[in-house]
Amino acid sequence: MSKKILISDPTLRDGNHAVRHQLGRESFVAYCLAAEAAGVSIVEVGHGNGLGASSMLVGECRLTDEDILSLSRANLVNSRLGIHVIPGFATIKTDLTRAVEAGVDVFRIAAHCTEADITDRHIGYIRKVGKEAFGVLMMSHMASPAILLEEAKKMESYGAEAVIIMDSAGAYFPDDVTQRISTLVDGLNIPVGFHGHNNLGMAVINSVAAVNAGATIIDGTIRGFGAGAGNTQLEVLVAVFDRLGFETGIDLYKILDAADIAEKEFNPVAPNISPLSIVSGLAGVFSGFSKPVSQAAKDYNVDARDIFFGLGKRNAVAGQESLIIEVARDLAAKNAAATTAAAKG
Amino acid sequence: MASPKKLKIGIIGTGNIGTDLMVKIMRSQHLICTLFAGRNFNSTGMKRANALGVTISDRGIEAIVNDPAICDVVFDCTSAQAHAEHWAILDRLGKIVIDMTPAKLGELCIPAINAAECLATGARNINMITCGGQSSIPIAYAISQAQPDIDYVEVASSIASRSAGPATRHNLDEYIETTQEALQTFSGAKHAKAILILNPASPPIDMQTTIYAKMSNPNLSAIQASVVAMVEKLKLYVPGYQLIVPPTLEGGKVVTTIKVLGAGDYLPQYAGNLDIINCAAIAMAERFAQSGAPFESSP
Repeated sequence: MSKKILISDPTLRDGNHAVRHQLGRESFVAYCLAAEAAGVSIVEVGHGNGLGASSMLVGECRLTDEDILSLSRANLVNSRLGIHVIPGFATIKTDLTRAVEAGVDVFRIAAHCTEADITDRHIGYIRKVGKEAFGVLMMSHMASPAILLEEAKKMESYGAEAVIIMDSAGAYFPDDVTQRISTLVDGLNIPVGFHGHNNLGMAVINSVAAVNAGATIIDGTIRGFGAGAGNTQLEVLVAVFDRLGFETGIDLYKILDAADIAEKEFNPVAPNISPLSIVSGLAGVFSGFSKPVSQAAKDYNVDARDIFFGLGKRNAVAGQESLIIEVARDLAAKNAAATTAAAKG
Repeated sequence: MASPKKLKIGIIGTGNIGTDLMVKIMRSQHLICTLFAGRNFNSTGMKRANALGVTISDRGIEAIVNDPAICDVVFDCTSAQAHAEHWAILDRLGKIVIDMTPAKLGELCIPAINAAECLATGARNINMITCGGQSSIPIAYAISQAQPDIDYVEVASSIASRSAGPATRHNLDEYIETTQEALQTFSGAKHAKAILILNPASPPIDMQTTIYAKMSNPNLSAIQASVVAMVEKLKLYVPGYQLIVPPTLEGGKVVTTIKVLGAGDYLPQYAGNLDIINCAAIAMAERFAQSGAPFESSP
């Protein structure tokens, strides 16, 4: 069995979530150089939601896609330049063609875990122009291993050269990862990858479970810089893989240096598992809901944690902010009923 | 009074859009569905049409080529790619086509804004833009009527995954491009952006669209009045159209959220996206029916 692991590093993409997409030019340059020096295989850059996503809906990016790509391209030689692409935000004509011209090497075409068919044309286009295309299934804990495999197979049939599953809510435990990754490894003829989040402090051990189950692509970000509770912490991952005998091709000292550089560049970047992040991980709900949930908790005088668990029971996904109010309202009504009953008793 | 002659409608494409249109036509006093054509007699839509006694065919557009008199107006409910071929044929046959795909070959049409103008041009290809366009453009237009100098307009629609059939999914890019272009045309905004989110939640979410507009010194009360008046116009042909968040100032931009509850004709209520574009198409076809002239001669 090959013990080679390809590390894909979305520090300069997922990390943009942590700073409301305000990463500046100097950060892109400094981190590209540090990652290149350390031997990171793929450096993923852009708005947190990927190409063409800068918007009022999910936040306007400080830099344009073009600026980010040309800056990053100029500072990467051996590390390949990667981007995240969600059809529905980015189009082939406007966004992908420009990214191809800008010299992007790896296109990670992403969809919610049950919506793989929207990636068909984007993956096909990237393959046609001779670039590398990976399929990405987001919020993957919401689908069973069998359904994930079905969706991943669609991506394979469109031409994806690898499929990565994301634990967007940081909800997995190692056994969940083992089950899903081994199902995918058995059922697909292309490499399988894992992208962890750290809501429950499981990101590193989940990544280890993933490689033990046969995954060969692992995502991690420096200092865990990323959305919500943060991602799998890259420098820890490199150290752990090194100890376990998996080859990442990354120089340990240099990735530790990169962590120091990142602390200066993205300060403050220390990954922070906030109390609500823990609950969002337990509930399997997208961490991006934290703000509106806190607001609704205040408005309806209920516990934000109860709202998260209520949302989890209803399988809430991003875009369902209206459900937050509904859950908060139900909780408030229940609380009122309980108070009345107690007063009577 | 004798019942007026109904306009004969042929539907090509038997997916969600086509089937819902057929059900809606059944209720219309001005329209009759005389052909429901697709590729597969075993599809859910085909079976539904057959049960309703509508003439069905599995020959697609050929059904019209072989018997041009079978319909006066064609609703093309296939895909943007197929529509280009269909229009070449239907144009030759002299048919009026209401294009439900984002092919944008014909006149861009939002009934609440330009129904009369579309008719007046004599155009025979009417493009219904997109579902997100039908729901958001009237609001952007209403804002621009109150304040013509919009710098940027952005619309984000979320629709239930189950309401998006294979052609919709295949045409995501065309959806975005067509919505953006029409947004800019109708609102005069300098820049426009459209986003579509397929939401797989179960139970399915209702269709919702948020419209953001950036401009200097917005006059909120004038904008609100204009938007409220537009919503009333829309409700005349889309009964489930609702203003959820009236125009509100948020960090210097005007934010408006609307929801469309479907009539539940084919797909359930949550499929407001299906409903609004179909209600718009029916409204246009009825306008053609009432304008009379070109069809009375058809055999």
